[in-house]
Amino acid sequence: MNTPNDYSRRLFLQRAMLASVAAAGGSVLAGCASGGDDPADISKGAAKSAKNPFGVKADAPLDVVIFKGGYGDDYAKFHEELYKNSFRGATIKHAGITDIRQQLQPRFNSGNPPDVIDNSGAEQLPLSTLADTGQLTDLTELFDTESIDGGKIRDSLIPVALEAGEYGGKTLVLNYALEVYGLWYDKTLFDKNGWAPAETWADFLDLCKEIKSAGIAPMAHQGKYPYYIQQVVMDMAVKHGGLGVVTAIDSLEPNAWKNDSVKMAAEALLEIKSKGYMLEGTEGLDHIQSQTRWNEGKAAFIPSGSWLENEQKEVAPEGFATTVAPTPLMDGSQLPFECTRVSAAEAFIVPTKAKNVAGGLEFLRIMLSKEGAAKFTELTAAPTVVQGAGEGLDLTPAAASASALVEAGADSNWNYYYFNWYSPMKPKVETAFGELAAGRVTADEFCNAAQKAADETAKDPQTQKRTRS
Amino acid sequence: MRHGQYRFIVGFLVLPLALYAVFVISPFAQSFYYSLTNWTGVSPAFEFIGFRNFQNLMDDALFLRALRNNAVLLVVMPVVVILLALFFAFLLNVGGRGSRSGVQGVRGSGFYKLAFFLPQVLSVPVIAVIWAVIFDPTGSGLANSVLRRVGLGSAGWLSDPNLALYCVLWVLVWGSVGFYLVLFNAAMSSIPRDIFEAAVLDGAGRVSTFFRVTIPLLWDTIQTAWVYLAILALDVYALVAVMTAGPGGPNNSTQVISLQIAQNGFQFGRAGYASAIGVVLFFITLLIAAIMLRATRRERIEY
Repeated sequence: MNTPNDYSRRLFLQRAMLASVAAAGGSVLAGCASGGDDPADISKGAAKSAKNPFGVKADAPLDVVIFKGGYGDDYAKFHEELYKNSFRGATIKHAGITDIRQQLQPRFNSGNPPDVIDNSGAEQLPLSTLADTGQLTDLTELFDTESIDGGKIRDSLIPVALEAGEYGGKTLVLNYALEVYGLWYDKTLFDKNGWAPAETWADFLDLCKEIKSAGIAPMAHQGKYPYYIQQVVMDMAVKHGGLGVVTAIDSLEPNAWKNDSVKMAAEALLEIKSKGYMLEGTEGLDHIQSQTRWNEGKAAFIPSGSWLENEQKEVAPEGFATTVAPTPLMDGSQLPFECTRVSAAEAFIVPTKAKNVAGGLEFLRIMLSKEGAAKFTELTAAPTVVQGAGEGLDLTPAAASASALVEAGADSNWNYYYFNWYSPMKPKVETAFGELAAGRVTADEFCNAAQKAADETAKDPQTQKRTRS
Repeated sequence: MRHGQYRFIVGFLVLPLALYAVFVISPFAQSFYYSLTNWTGVSPAFEFIGFRNFQNLMDDALFLRALRNNAVLLVVMPVVVILLALFFAFLLNVGGRGSRSGVQGVRGSGFYKLAFFLPQVLSVPVIAVIWAVIFDPTGSGLANSVLRRVGLGSAGWLSDPNLALYCVLWVLVWGSVGFYLVLFNAAMSSIPRDIFEAAVLDGAGRVSTFFRVTIPLLWDTIQTAWVYLAILALDVYALVAVMTAGPGGPNNSTQVISLQIAQNGFQFGRAGYASAIGVVLFFITLLIAAIMLRATRRERIEY
């Protein structure tokens, strides 16, 4: 009884069925799965030594799954070569895929996950769920181990790397790539017009006025995904009120969203919208459409992260100098102008039920060597969380300006976690930001809507509450 | 001989039945089971929690919102599609000027049939992308350019919470009319010509031919179409997921049940809860199909 109109239903059912079949596999094989507890024997195969701190058995196979997204998977192949140099007998199974969840969900359900996973992209496995159900190896041992270049690994990393991977007091995830957020502009265009990013809110409004009179929309954003404009509001709020603003939000504290700094930042966004400084219709554009218009010079600023240049390289005209600027400071801000949200992404995990946990940890140790990290930056033009690994490399305008901002911001750089920690809260808060950016709600209504989403999350017995130290 | 015949039939049926059992019946049965658990979807460990998922559904504002949007689609979409498809099929078959050769369709009906059916050839995500571009909310969008030409200014389309659901509805209608047109067209051509000619001879105009002859004779087909379209209206996952902001539309204006299933099951790690929504959707679909078949039952006309 299929009509061609069943298409979308069929598509959906296919997916649902895949999940169910996966589930079937899971429950049918559950006996085998829980019976398969012997992999621990493999990991305990070899003696631990300074060169082999986790006691990897030289001939134990290693199963690596990499998200083949914006960064590709060539860097991982290089890391695998390094691994093979140490463990000649090991066969490495490499998979570079984008549909991580579809392919790995059944393997988790049957207790047979790979040894190393780069769990990233739109189809990633829910990390907080994996963490809460004890399926991720505690990486504390890794960070306390001697790095390949000498010294503890912990001390060789930018601190956000450890903080970003923390779930319930344990570091379970290695976020490898460093991401720098801000307002991005074309330095060539700005230089030509004699413009420069403004430090204060008043100056920013003046700049917007000038840009608008030149026939360019001062700001665009990826309205279809309010996540992007959210960055700007959060950054301005944190700079105004200090880190406490965002730790309260991350910890789901009552009235955290009704903080004066959040409200002021929301009003600032409304001001940009009401003064006509937003690109017309930007609320309905997705990232490709809006960023392309920005590349075409129809908008001056766009919020995004340090992947932007790489993402747009096919579209950007010649001479376009993708450059990051921090958000402007509102009156009475506590943090300096030159600091921003810096986070770590590309979430590498080692499942507890993996057959070769020791090999997985060793693979991460190789990634965190200067040699491994430099190769990543060389291949992807993106910085890693390994300090100083990008030194001496030829950087693009975007990477150079992002690195400079990270350095200038130093300890004032900040990050938030509520989007990763509370997945059901994310779409609700995004909806609130979307309404705010479109100017359909007041700042107060926005704060109330976001607070309501946070309160619902705090009350939800199925959500694990987390607090920031 | 008889014995051998059974074995022959069974031999043919075993494989399809086994496939049906493994890929259709067992997933359904499992969804029912998982809807009573707190399964995360990524762990072999879960607990049986009775009907708590269903209780939580009642307080889930997003789910209720999705239910309401599906209800709007369910009421409006099948009616619009069926009326349009019937109207066009009628024009293509008997709408032309009466001439000596008797009753016929409008000129170029072959071309129209092809043009209307064309959307069926495209996959849903392609349709969604095409229309998302047409509904571009900036001044350069196609829909907005047309509006501006006729002096109506511009609209936000999919980014306007008051319009977004109707944009989705329109794309659904656009994508479905062609198929039902062909379906009704086939049904109409199987109606003997002389019935229409008799009606014309008796002085019936196009309108009364349509309402008094065509519709009663097509009732069975319309009924089937109605049920299919209702099921389609309860889904719309692909369109909403690809086309609308979020996805789920600005201020959840295009949130639908299937999207809630996907979000809970895959993004939030709540496969048990998602299964519960699936079970609810299953019963809603079943109920609506039953009601529609029952409510639209008429005496069959033989010809």
